[in-house]
Amino acid sequence: MSDHDHHDHHHHDHHHDHDHDHDHSELSAMDARVRALETILVEKGYVDPAALDVLIETYETKVGPHNGARVVAKSWIDPAYRARLLADATAAVAELGYAGRQGEHLVAVENTADTHNMVVCTLCSCYPWPVLGLPPVWYKSAPYRAKAVRDPRGVLADFGVTLSAGKAIKVWDSTAEIRYLVVPERPAGTEGWDEARLADLVTRDSMIGTGLPRAPGAAA
Amino acid sequence: MPRFSPGDRVTVLDLGKPGHVRIPWFIRHRTGRIERYCGAYPNPEDLAFGRPGLPAIDLYRVHFPQTDLWPDYAGAASDTLEIEVYDHWLEPAEPLT
Repeated sequence: MSDHDHHDHHHHDHHHDHDHDHDHSELSAMDARVRALETILVEKGYVDPAALDVLIETYETKVGPHNGARVVAKSWIDPAYRARLLADATAAVAELGYAGRQGEHLVAVENTADTHNMVVCTLCSCYPWPVLGLPPVWYKSAPYRAKAVRDPRGVLADFGVTLSAGKAIKVWDSTAEIRYLVVPERPAGTEGWDEARLADLVTRDSMIGTGLPRAPGAAA
Repeated sequence: MPRFSPGDRVTVLDLGKPGHVRIPWFIRHRTGRIERYCGAYPNPEDLAFGRPGLPAIDLYRVHFPQTDLWPDYAGAASDTLEIEVYDHWLEPAEPLT
C-alpha cells in the first residue's frame, strides 16, 4: 500500500481541527477515515487499487490549471481559437486534448475593459476540472461561497485585487450543469510573446476570477 | 419548445424540496431575466436518489442585477449575477407574450 502514501497530498488541505494530544496516529482524522474506507472498499472488491492509482496520478500530474493556462494563452494569440472558445468552450478545450468529468458543458467568459467575471458554486464546489484540476480549499469554503455572491468586490480586496474604476463584476454561480472558465485580459507588455511564455502568466485564480494574470516582469 | 425566451422576466419559486437541490436560497422569490436557454438535462433532484431524472428538464441562465438581490449591495449598480435555473423552479413574472 506504500503506493498510496501520496493520497495524503489530496487531503492535506482538509481542516486539521482535531486535537493531537489523544491522537496516537500520524494520520489526521480525515486521512485515517479515507484510508479505512479505501481498505474496506478494496477488501470487498468494490475498488481496484490500480484504478485508484491511475485516478490519483491523473489529478496530480495531468489535470490542473496548466491546462487552462494553455487554453487562455492560445486564446490571446489566436483570434480564431478565441472565437471558437467563446462560442463552444467544451469543443475548443477538447481541441487541446482536455476533456472529462466536470468538463462536459464548459463555457468561457471573457474579461474585458468593461467587465470582470468571477466564478463560485454557492451550493458546493462545482469547478471545471479538465482545465483547472481540483478546486482549492478556499473555493469550497462557506466564507468564499457566501461572500462571492454577496460582496464580490470585497472578495477581490481579500485577494489583493483592485479593479479599474467603472468595471462591472459578473458573478457566475455554477450550481447546475455548466462549468465556467474565466478568460482574463492579456497583460500589457506581452506583445510578441509566444503561447508557452504567456501561459506562465496565467494563474489559477485569474481563471476563477479572484485574481489577475501575473505582470510580465513577475513571471514565475 | 422551451417555455421561456431570452429577455422574459421570471420569478424563482421556492418549491420547499429537501436535499441537495440546485437552487440556492438567495435567489428564491427573486425576479430576474432569462439570458439564454442552456438545453435540457436530467433532473439532478432525481439523479441524487439514483433515479434516471427523465424526462430532461429545460435549463435557463437567469440574470439578476446584484442590487435586486441584496438591498444593501455595496458594489456597482452594473454588477450582476448569472445562474442556471431549471424550468420547474421558474414562473413568469408577468404574463408571457
